[in-house]
Amino acid sequence: MLLRLEQRPEVSKSMVYASPLIAVVLTILTAMVMFALLGVDPVKAIATFFIEPISTLDGLAELCVKATPLILIGVGLALGFQANVWNIGAEGQLIIGALAGGGLALAFYDHSSIFLVPAMLVSGVIGGMAWAAIPAWLKTRYNTNEILTSLMLTYVGLLVLSYLVHGPWKDPEGQNFPESRLFHESALLPILIDETRLNVGWLLALLVVVAGWLLISRHIIGFQIKVIGMAPMAARFAGFKEKRLIWLTLLISGGCAGLAGVIELSGAIGQIVPSISPGYGFTAIIVAFLGRLHPVGVFFAGLLMALTYLGGDSAQITMNMPNAVIGVFQGMLLFFLLASDVLIRYRVRIGPHKVQAEVAE
Amino acid sequence: MAETPRLELIGITKAYPGVVANNNVSLKVMPGEIHALLGENGAGKSTLVKFIYGVQKADTGRMLWEGEEVRPANPNAARKLGIGMVFQHFSLFDAMTVEENISLGISPELTKGDLAGRIREVSAQYGLPLDPDRYVHTLSVGERQRIEVVRCLLQDPQLLIMDEPTSVLTPQEVEELFKTLRRLSEEGVSILYISHKLEEIKALCHTATIMRMGEVVVECIPENETARSMAEMMMGENLVSPERAERHTDGQVKLELSNLNVVSAHQHGTELKNINLQLRAGEVLGVAGIAGNGQRELMEVLTGEVLLDEPASIRIDRVSAGRMDPIARRGAGVGLIPEERLGHGAVPEMSLWENAFLSGATRMGLQKNGFIQVAASNAFAEKVVDEFRVKTTGVSHAANSLSGGNLQKFIVGREIMQNPGVIVALQPTWGVDAGSAAAIRQALIDLASRGAAVLAVSQDLEELFEISDRIAVICEGRMSEARPVENVTVEEIGLLMAGIGLEGEPADAA
Repeated sequence: MLLRLEQRPEVSKSMVYASPLIAVVLTILTAMVMFALLGVDPVKAIATFFIEPISTLDGLAELCVKATPLILIGVGLALGFQANVWNIGAEGQLIIGALAGGGLALAFYDHSSIFLVPAMLVSGVIGGMAWAAIPAWLKTRYNTNEILTSLMLTYVGLLVLSYLVHGPWKDPEGQNFPESRLFHESALLPILIDETRLNVGWLLALLVVVAGWLLISRHIIGFQIKVIGMAPMAARFAGFKEKRLIWLTLLISGGCAGLAGVIELSGAIGQIVPSISPGYGFTAIIVAFLGRLHPVGVFFAGLLMALTYLGGDSAQITMNMPNAVIGVFQGMLLFFLLASDVLIRYRVRIGPHKVQAEVAE
Repeated sequence: MAETPRLELIGITKAYPGVVANNNVSLKVMPGEIHALLGENGAGKSTLVKFIYGVQKADTGRMLWEGEEVRPANPNAARKLGIGMVFQHFSLFDAMTVEENISLGISPELTKGDLAGRIREVSAQYGLPLDPDRYVHTLSVGERQRIEVVRCLLQDPQLLIMDEPTSVLTPQEVEELFKTLRRLSEEGVSILYISHKLEEIKALCHTATIMRMGEVVVECIPENETARSMAEMMMGENLVSPERAERHTDGQVKLELSNLNVVSAHQHGTELKNINLQLRAGEVLGVAGIAGNGQRELMEVLTGEVLLDEPASIRIDRVSAGRMDPIARRGAGVGLIPEERLGHGAVPEMSLWENAFLSGATRMGLQKNGFIQVAASNAFAEKVVDEFRVKTTGVSHAANSLSGGNLQKFIVGREIMQNPGVIVALQPTWGVDAGSAAAIRQALIDLASRGAAVLAVSQDLEELFEISDRIAVICEGRMSEARPVENVTVEEIGLLMAGIGLEGEPADAA
């Protein structure tokens, strides 16, 4: 018996959506084999990983809290990726956005105002945009590669954060810990469900998903983004401005990352700490692709990826697994996704090559 | 005849997913015979010669060379047998000399000794003047083709395969090439000549094998056929020549180019020099020329993809348009048909209705407050499909699922249905099946009859003579004066295409 790949005459639309599901199933199966080899009951392990974390209301709320930044950033990145603008530096834009919003909270730490939170959110968006504007300017002005510039700026952003929490923004009464003051009550995002950390940020993420979906599927800007990504010459023929779209997609993805940063800070953490994000900006790249670069897909992919964080935590606590299991899961998921994507353009045939009888039209 | 065929193919079949490129194809080429392989684009000619030249393997079938079964595994093996091939697209290095290019493409033993001397010898013997020391970038397309021919001849081929050799040549260059091929044939070299140009085949070839949709339709003697009868065998249907009711070319000026100078944005591009042109309502103006003489640059400034420093160099309805972007030009009533269908005129992976929106958004009112009107876009695309008889099962199918001819009909239809005052088309029927090509030509003529101005830039002289009211020639970025088609011959156009008789500073058209 011979397995071989045969090119499809047209891209399979159903496979575009089936492929992530195949990847998830394969990941779970492989994980079960892996657990069995480690001498752990595979069924119990999977239950611990995927079901236990979300079996309580608090767990579900946590899932949404973790998914919020992933979804926000994922939607922004997906728009850029569709236009072949590869912003890899969302992590840095998240940090700068968080600092821009958090700085405002610190500046008004003894004031109480209902305008503080909205101002922080806006400031976070602007901060993220500003950080993404640097690769945008370099690319449109000097034709630099945004993959490199945005990635390198992430490390610059981390150093800025580190400088601020170790220096000027360190809590004067904090016994020299590298942390800022705790934010004032009015600098914290309103909680949606008492006794949980679920906050208004979740609603903002849902809003961004809907807005992103409208933009990409119904608005002329989304159309321009898709055309420029698929056929740059056709975009010029239609009269779309490439530079403007580079600016736009980088500013949108930077703004989303900045928003995610400030939400994480004022919704989940409550002060500026040396590590604001456990790599949301990078994980969101996987989320964007797992979600087929489509805002609604990103929504589900964000939830799934958030679950791997929670599952990793609970596997660590109840089953004594190493923390690396999260990375293993995320890696396998991306690996299987890329592999199943072959099926979008090819189909698997069994047996040797046969000559088809029919002649094309 | 007891003579052994030089090449015999028996029952060659080659299938790709979803398409059978060759189905049970058999073919015989005798020594010294010039054998035409005739068929439309996609008829399977290229697949067949790729098999002979060892580029591709067939699924089934046999190949006999001088009566013995062979199966060349790669082009090297084919060359050792004595098969030479001149491809449609040259593989030459611009920055190297003729001799260096030739030495790279032949077997190492042949490069020893006085290669330059042998190049001169062969080129003199066969009437292919070529200087071994010239750099390729200084040569014309015709001269570049000679390099490829000489490269083959140096290896003493017994069979020479020529793939669409005349598509880049002027009529005079074609005549020169034919002399060479006839001489080779007299010396016993067999030639397999691939083309879809019927007049050429009648003039040159002894026998012809006509292919359609992967199968041999018939073998015939071109001398005993008319161009029309061969075309009908090739297409499998009756041929309709385009007609037009009336010609009225004294309308008002719709598009005017005055002292148009453009420096090309491309490497090895052509600079446009002082082009003057007036295109009037109701006429079709054809621009002839060999590819690479400024057509692409001209198209770019006409579409607005490249903007001019001097806005008045292009006027649309007397309004300066040199700095209008493509959207503004469409707003001013210009329809645009680029050369490349996939990736330029249409987005391959997008559906037909999205591609209809691509250029019709503004003029057809397919967007409202920045949002796409999906229903209206679908309706517009369906109208184009109906009106232009585009073969597809629905406008939600991707553009790249259509055949070349159908997609081109869609693109042309999309522009025409927007009711443009001026339409600019670059190679409107390039690589399109004859049926679709006839439909497209007719559509352009009909548009002109309704009062629009049509500018058709094409390499296909037959096409231009068929549809144009006036013809101009572009050569090395200069444009000749446009002349009424009745007062000009193919030979005169040919000379202009070769750059002979074009004045350096044309008289001021204004």
